[in-house]
Amino acid sequence: MSTELGHFALILALATAIMQSILPMVGAARSDTRLMNVAPMAAVTCFALVLLSFAALTQAYLTSDFSVLNVFENSHSLKPTLYKFTGVWGNHEGSMLLWILILAFFGALVAVFGNNLPPTLKANVIGVQGWILVAFLLFIIFTSNPFIRISPPPFEGQDLNPILQDIGLAIHPPLLYLGYVGFSISFSFAIAALIEGKIDAAWARWVRPWTLTAWMFLTAGISMGSYWAYYELGWGGWWFWDPVENASFMPWLLGTALLHSALVMEKREALKIWTVLLAIMAFSLSLLGTFLVRSGVLTSVHAFATDPTRGVFILMILCVFIGGALTLFALRASSLRAGGIFAPISREGALVLNNLFLTTATMTVFVGTLYPLFLEVISEEKISVGAPFFNLTFGPLMVPLLLAIPIGPLLSWKRGDLLGAMQRLYVAILGGFAVALIVIYVQTGAPILAAVGIGIGIYLIIGSMAELWMRAGLGRMAFSKSLGRLKGLPRSIYGTAMAHFGVGVTVIGIVAVSAFSSEDIVAMQPKDQIEAGGKTIIFEGIENAQGPNYQVQIGHFTIMEAGREIGKTTSEKRFYPARQMPTTEAGIVTYGASQLYVSLGDPQANGGLVVRIWYKSWVTFIWYGTVFMVLGAIISLSDRRLRVGAPAARKTKATAQQGASA
Amino acid sequence: MIKVLTSFIALIFLTLSVPAFAVNPDEILEDAELEARARVISADLRCLVCQNQSIDDSDADLARDLRVLVRNRLVEGDTNKQVIDYVVSRYGDFVLLKPSFSAKNLFLWIAPALFLLIGGLLAFVKLRNPDHEKVSSPLSSDEKDKLKQILDQ
Repeated sequence: MSTELGHFALILALATAIMQSILPMVGAARSDTRLMNVAPMAAVTCFALVLLSFAALTQAYLTSDFSVLNVFENSHSLKPTLYKFTGVWGNHEGSMLLWILILAFFGALVAVFGNNLPPTLKANVIGVQGWILVAFLLFIIFTSNPFIRISPPPFEGQDLNPILQDIGLAIHPPLLYLGYVGFSISFSFAIAALIEGKIDAAWARWVRPWTLTAWMFLTAGISMGSYWAYYELGWGGWWFWDPVENASFMPWLLGTALLHSALVMEKREALKIWTVLLAIMAFSLSLLGTFLVRSGVLTSVHAFATDPTRGVFILMILCVFIGGALTLFALRASSLRAGGIFAPISREGALVLNNLFLTTATMTVFVGTLYPLFLEVISEEKISVGAPFFNLTFGPLMVPLLLAIPIGPLLSWKRGDLLGAMQRLYVAILGGFAVALIVIYVQTGAPILAAVGIGIGIYLIIGSMAELWMRAGLGRMAFSKSLGRLKGLPRSIYGTAMAHFGVGVTVIGIVAVSAFSSEDIVAMQPKDQIEAGGKTIIFEGIENAQGPNYQVQIGHFTIMEAGREIGKTTSEKRFYPARQMPTTEAGIVTYGASQLYVSLGDPQANGGLVVRIWYKSWVTFIWYGTVFMVLGAIISLSDRRLRVGAPAARKTKATAQQGASA
Repeated sequence: MIKVLTSFIALIFLTLSVPAFAVNPDEILEDAELEARARVISADLRCLVCQNQSIDDSDADLARDLRVLVRNRLVEGDTNKQVIDYVVSRYGDFVLLKPSFSAKNLFLWIAPALFLLIGGLLAFVKLRNPDHEKVSSPLSSDEKDKLKQILDQ
């Protein structure tokens, strides 16, 4: 019964979305307030309906209602309750429903918090959100309906892919979708601005918190996914340049560019056309990511060809929205007036450089991800584009970008003093240089590149604080006075410093783990021992056990240091009979920033067991860095000037001008 | 060809998502230098039946065979390039995770530089010659109000 209720709510949501997509925009065109006022009501109603629908599916999962095809195919009555719940989005249909739920959620947020927007802009933004909702609701209802029943209902379900039965993967998709779908707001704002043919600094200020929110969730989602792959896949890699990862990385790169260009637009009214284009492209790449992951085209062009309904449908959505948006852009962009002029060496110039490199990096990932598909379609030739390609092309693009990060905030708007900025960064530059030398000295034989990489990381960490240091006038006046100035700085400056600091931390983690880790692959008998990272690991033996819905072999290890036991760890190999699939649960112990990583291999003929032991130097820095980035975003979002629903248009304009003249 | 492809797809599905265990102790060469070279080569070779895994990361039987093959060639005295050429001659370009610099991959390889160049040029030209319209940018509504106030005085 509740399943039918959910199904019906979904159809009603479609009807509401159609209303939301048409009436407010007609109202905006005719300046009809009554029609425009439909927008917030429709957006909130639509969210409530999709939420109801999602709740119904969740209930079917929690009660293991196998008369629902989707539940039968992806759940099992013995599955732990947590995974019954997260299993709702651990499959195609359910994850699309979550996608739509979040889309409707963002629409409702604009409806509730968008009171400071000009009425026509608000109506148009919610209207464009309505179009996206209609497209995806049609998609789910006609090609991916999660509420289909089967009769007679089977007694037991087919279980969720065991790799997905993990808390990391449970949190990862909602975060990622909050990011992906969050960019739909920037997109809707861009389209609304193009429709109205009016765009100014206030627009950038409205868009920035939404972009920042989406970026924050996407950062957290990608980081979470990376950590999940690290501990779950069993060989300790943290980034694979897999097409699925690239699909989420591209919107992140472009979203980062958008954050920075919107800043220029807000402060200086420059880069308007470019910012609008970025807003369109960031969401387009989110749509592309959805298409790549959901259509099966990545597994194989042929898998796509055998069941093309879903793929073709999303491809159509993709073409309509990206094509439509770009056509509108081509028609209207010239009517947008360009703003302030600036010299190449200036804060604006630095942000243009940031955009240039981030966009090129995005295009590199884009071409690398799609080129094999393209080549296969036109010439039947199959090639692979993997990690070595991306490391070789993407890596060098990051170096100038990273070097520019601390310099940008020290340049003034309009016309900056590069030499002056570099002079103010001398602590950071010297610090980075000194640490690089120390690395070479301590780790004799360490690759020079690794030393340079660590040096850049240190330079970023110190350099990210330079703006705070300068603005507070530390060292130039009494300490207490500096402290007072430090307190008075806008939070967004702290946010920027924190996020850039995080980039430095991540860089150090990436370089250290690839350069200084140790790896041992050995066949061990019980009581055998091995050295790794200055510790002795003793293999205690293997034990067979039974989990709730899996069988498991548990390897027990004792860790000694200087003849003293400092800890124990277990590493597991599980087997899930329902899906006939094995998984690994590596044994991971953290020491400071580094981790000991123990993974079980196959049994040997002589009764031994293959054990792989890594000592991953400073590996956690990779994810700590992203935590700083997310914190930076949160701090920025808490800035009164950016807070959603804060100052009215007039006031924001005034502060924007102040900011520009500051 | 079709038959090869279908069996290939079947293989992909069989091995998809199986956790990887990579190199086994009995494969490791005595000569540490040769072993290090083998690892470098392996990282650039694709496990043909896996999704985007190198043979160094994969525990599939085929990956193991390839690892052993690479090591055998190295022991026989091949250079890294000779080993890779040999593997490509047997398995085709698909085996390379780093595509070759050939005519068909030209665009792939030059794309980053091309984008950077075009983007850089565009930005440079735009910065040098800002659109003429902005030179005489019209008054904003605030400015108009202010002007009106002044004029009305």
